[in-house]
Amino acid sequence: MKSLIMIIIGGALINNVVLNQFLGICSFLGVSKQMKASASLGAAVIFVMTIASAVASLLYDFVLAPLGLDFMKTIVFILVIAALVQIVEMFLKKTAPAIYKALGIYLPLITTNCAVLGVALTNVQDGYNFIQSVLSGFGTAVGYTLAIVLLASIRSRIREEDIPAPLRGAPIVLISAALMSIAFMGFSGLSF
Amino acid sequence: MNKYFERLYNGVVKENPTLILMLGMCPTLAVSTRAMNGIGMGLSTTAVLILSNVVISLLRKLIPDEVRLPAYIVVVASLVTVTELLIEAYLPSLYDALGIYIPLIVVNCIILGRAEAYANKHTPGLSLMDGLGMGLGFTLALTLAGLIREVLGNGTAFGAQVLPAGLEPIGIFVQPPGAFLVIAFIIAVMNAIGIKTRQRKLVEEVGCDGNCAGCASRCEKAEEEPAPAQPTATEGGSAE
Repeated sequence: MKSLIMIIIGGALINNVVLNQFLGICSFLGVSKQMKASASLGAAVIFVMTIASAVASLLYDFVLAPLGLDFMKTIVFILVIAALVQIVEMFLKKTAPAIYKALGIYLPLITTNCAVLGVALTNVQDGYNFIQSVLSGFGTAVGYTLAIVLLASIRSRIREEDIPAPLRGAPIVLISAALMSIAFMGFSGLSF
Repeated sequence: MNKYFERLYNGVVKENPTLILMLGMCPTLAVSTRAMNGIGMGLSTTAVLILSNVVISLLRKLIPDEVRLPAYIVVVASLVTVTELLIEAYLPSLYDALGIYIPLIVVNCIILGRAEAYANKHTPGLSLMDGLGMGLGFTLALTLAGLIREVLGNGTAFGAQVLPAGLEPIGIFVQPPGAFLVIAFIIAVMNAIGIKTRQRKLVEEVGCDGNCAGCASRCEKAEEEPAPAQPTATEGGSAE
């Protein structure tokens, strides 16, 4: 039980997917312009990453590993994620239009989010079983959401500041991310 | 022959994928802890990029438009798997250093971006040069970032000691925060010394809302517009 909690905390805080492992930087920098969009994307990522981790884990344990097709995992996972995002989108559109509206355009964007594929591959690499994989996917996604929402709120403050001209735009955002990353390094002392 | 060299120049300098278009930031930030890692990652990506550009260019008349993205992904993923197995077999130390980032070349925006924006409309020869140019531009940027981080954070360059032994290196530069800082200041320096207009607009569009393929095609369209004075002004909605 303790180790399962540790997987969630490790994924969300200690090995933060964005600030420590640099996965999903594209959307982290791109979408964090707006608070609302960041929160929606975060929710969509939590949703998809948890499901993708579960499906990838099952596929690996019951199809790829027994057949000795270990080396196919990159191709299979990326296709599964792409298909999954499509299915989730269609499913939500039919059954839960409210959620679909909130997540809106952010669902299809997740296919190109390397964090999802990254987590699926890391889970396999670390030899996680099904439950561990799901928790790791969930924890990582929570870490992603935390990071992007925090950056979005920092950027809403930055917008009103007088920043030296060369640093405007991307550089100041990257510097903010650097400072967040330093703060998150503090979590590496966390253990139970 | 001239237009082939133009592709090279375009990839390395004019449209440097990392520094000008800000594509493929994940590997740039992640593996730039050492200059050698930068070269290794850069060249692996270059190999995949050249091959994927050529293959996609050859298949461009066969792949139906509606399913082109999945088709590209399959092509790229196959090539990445081959590359991964080759690196694992012949360069085990590089394999250990790059780790998970080798399979993640699949989702590197540069590759899908070039397939979508260039290879599916041009001949294999031109696409090859485009892949080579873009790949070398990416390698250059990665090596530059890796070199700066290695010198500041470890006191070495390509493994050789360069800072005086008595000088304590600044450890944070080889840690994750250093990656963000170094890239931020490289872009800030570039902003300060020029190449402003076009790049300025693009930089504000960092990551293009996460949809890299769409972003690259947008950039390409902007480039083809007759008036380079205000590219992407109407497209992409970069209003901050």
